[in-house]
Amino acid sequence: MLSKNKPSIVSFRAAAVFSLHALHRQQPFDSTLEKPQFPGASAEFVDHLEFIQPNVISGIPVYRVMDRQGNIMNPSQDPQLSKETVLNFYQKMTLLNTMDRILYESQRQGRISFYMTNYGEEGTHIGSAAALDPNDLVFGQYREAGVLMYRGFPLDLFMAQCYANADDLGKGRQMPVHYGSKDLNFVTISSPLATQIPQAAGAAYAVKRENLNRVVICYFGEGAASEGDAHAGFNFSATLECPLIFFCRNNGYAISTPTNEQYRGDGIAARGPGYGMLSIRVDGNDVFAVYNATKEARRRAVAENQPFLIEAMTYRIGHHSTSDDSSAYRSVDEVNYWDKQDHPISRLRHYMAARGWWSEDDERIWRKQSRKTVMEAFEKAEKRLKPNPELLFTDVYEEMIPSVNKQKESLWRHLQQYKEHYPLDLYEK
Amino acid sequence: MAAVARFFSRGANSKLSITGVVTGAHSSFAASLLKLSPSCSFRSKTQRRNAAHFIYQPDPVPAQYGPTQKMNLFQSVTSALDNTLANDPTAVIFGEDVAFGGVFRCTVGLRDKYGKDRVFNTPLCEQGIVGFGIGVAVAGATAIAEIQFADYIFPAFDQIVNEAAKYRYRSGNMFDCGNLTIRAPWGCVGHGSLYHSQSPEAFFAHCPGIKIVIPRGPVQAKGLLLSCIADKNPCIFFEPKILYRAAVEQVPVEPYTVPLSQAEILQEGSDVTLVAWGTQIHVMREVANMAQDKLGVSCEVVDLQTILPWDIETVCKHEETFLWTLWLSLVLHKQDSFHSWNFKVKMGDGLVCGFEGTEIYDSVVKTGRLLISHEAPVTGGFAAEISSTVQEECFLNLEAPITRVCGYDTPFPHIFEPFYIPDKWKCFDAIKRMINY
Repeated sequence: MLSKNKPSIVSFRAAAVFSLHALHRQQPFDSTLEKPQFPGASAEFVDHLEFIQPNVISGIPVYRVMDRQGNIMNPSQDPQLSKETVLNFYQKMTLLNTMDRILYESQRQGRISFYMTNYGEEGTHIGSAAALDPNDLVFGQYREAGVLMYRGFPLDLFMAQCYANADDLGKGRQMPVHYGSKDLNFVTISSPLATQIPQAAGAAYAVKRENLNRVVICYFGEGAASEGDAHAGFNFSATLECPLIFFCRNNGYAISTPTNEQYRGDGIAARGPGYGMLSIRVDGNDVFAVYNATKEARRRAVAENQPFLIEAMTYRIGHHSTSDDSSAYRSVDEVNYWDKQDHPISRLRHYMAARGWWSEDDERIWRKQSRKTVMEAFEKAEKRLKPNPELLFTDVYEEMIPSVNKQKESLWRHLQQYKEHYPLDLYEK
Repeated sequence: MAAVARFFSRGANSKLSITGVVTGAHSSFAASLLKLSPSCSFRSKTQRRNAAHFIYQPDPVPAQYGPTQKMNLFQSVTSALDNTLANDPTAVIFGEDVAFGGVFRCTVGLRDKYGKDRVFNTPLCEQGIVGFGIGVAVAGATAIAEIQFADYIFPAFDQIVNEAAKYRYRSGNMFDCGNLTIRAPWGCVGHGSLYHSQSPEAFFAHCPGIKIVIPRGPVQAKGLLLSCIADKNPCIFFEPKILYRAAVEQVPVEPYTVPLSQAEILQEGSDVTLVAWGTQIHVMREVANMAQDKLGVSCEVVDLQTILPWDIETVCKHEETFLWTLWLSLVLHKQDSFHSWNFKVKMGDGLVCGFEGTEIYDSVVKTGRLLISHEAPVTGGFAAEISSTVQEECFLNLEAPITRVCGYDTPFPHIFEPFYIPDKWKCFDAIKRMINY
């Protein structure tokens, strides 16, 4: 009976130890001071009633390095990257764009089941990825394929994942564009939005304890920022002092939902200070602005063990996904403006052309070459068999558990008898 | 103070919470709930009877793991955590109010011993705690997360079901969060009402990829918790909070493990098999004695211990016994040729080897009757899974319908707790009906 159960001596001793420690930790408290003593905030008293106004008309400014014609606006902000580096930026952005076009079309033709393009957001991926160390751990949402592209993920593996063929590192289990790469420190994408945000905080905490000069970067859209997990991740990373860069792609839409139905504050960047987090808003179509902000956030996050928030303003030029027709909720004119007049790729091309680093000929040759490379990978991926159906059962747990093993054997027995009703010839044996 | 504020917001009985604040050293909701001071004369008979729906039976002193010490369940948990932090430099413990020792005192002294970067408070946010823990584990470190009450694990349901459980599978084994263990106080406590009493294991049992473990006392708690922490899969470890102080026995000081996915037969019997886990095991033990004394019925008591994957051992060490018994039962029941044929086909396919829960099957094959009991509501409870599986595998041996004695399909009530729980009298009555079936 509980009422007869006396706490042991050990627990009394533990309680006494605890009380002592609690006393030692208490702050000095001077009740004579005529200022607020509330433990929850450090502030002065005020003798008039005034609500704090949110500043949404004139919000946090958008940091920009070059204008829409690719001119550097303030030379002190020019990262002065080498020609080779800038060409690499451009080629990665355009290669991603080419892959997007081909895979989007392939979905329209029913050759892959699903796809999500990166149109208009190529600059956010490449600019931020370039500012990171290859060892930095990346948590993404799903529209950050450019980060993998920058890190050298082979076209074959992009395609293998989308086709879910036998070369897919994910063993054909997830929908297309749910990439991941252990070698490139890119944590596998999952569909539930914002779940990666508090996970990134935990990873950053572990990385901090390893003390190996690494950071974690976590990408998410402005829609995902409405999830409870975003709140959790921001708050945890600030209170637990995690070397983490939150990178928000604010592209104006979460599927059909415009931002004025997503939030009423000054975007996402304005939330950062509320969590005690250093925050900045950048022009997401300006690869140098993205690069500079990420570079500095990375430097300080490692040095100071604190999180940074970067909100990259951009525009989702493509449909949300292949299952979405965005003309149902926004005008073609709006889309055309961003595609033709303010695009990260064209802006960087202006910059390169002005320096004589890129010509029309270069463009033509590169387009042809990149298209050829993508098509080769595409055709190769399409011909490849799907993984052995046995892989349906592995990796649920680290070990194969008996009940799942039994289910696997049951499927094999079933297939022996009914094989003509299943597409077995498409799968590896 | 954060902890105290939380008692006010979540404590079922504010009078007890205030007492906790005033006395300082016992300023935990756990202490308020569990420590029934004799000086509290206002307590009625009802409350006392309520708290004593079981009699704790200590496990035998384990001899094979070196020196032992008298510990209650919360101390054995601390001991397991202590061993882990000592042996694994990457291991961290976090959750709400764990730094000062936890509201149930499971982490007392650990921060002082191992540092505040290894034992720390998080903001009050369960989805954050589990998400954070997954991240720690993905980065390769050992994460031991605490959810303050199992009742408050639901905000983290998405992180557990969609993320933790599927991490390894969806990434093709490139990434995993196998180093994550989530601990949470669990089960009824006498007066915990709706949100300090729940037994949510069945919600998680429907989720491939995680392990769910529930100990019955201090020795099992330490060994199973150490197994969860060492296991390369995300585990949820539910601690029966009514046993935190009530269950006291000799526990090895050094680390040891009790294997997961293995049920344990605590008492051999020949007429009925009783399956339960957590506190309910002690109810079952008493019921077994009552059945013996009052009905002359011999009960076999089985502690399931791991809910998922349940009783995984497939070595089929009882296979021969099983087949022999099944054959005998076929002969004795003069089964027609159709049944015999069916039986042979199953054997030929190797199905027999695939039996999980060898011990339960073995037990049910022997006794012919099965009673499963849990505190959680009956509909969709884990007893349904056990019942259905045993029925499938032991159809020819069952002499009576499998019986479930569980919580009712209602929320867990405050003042009606004595009527709600599947106590020994309800279980006893079920046995009586099964025997007379």
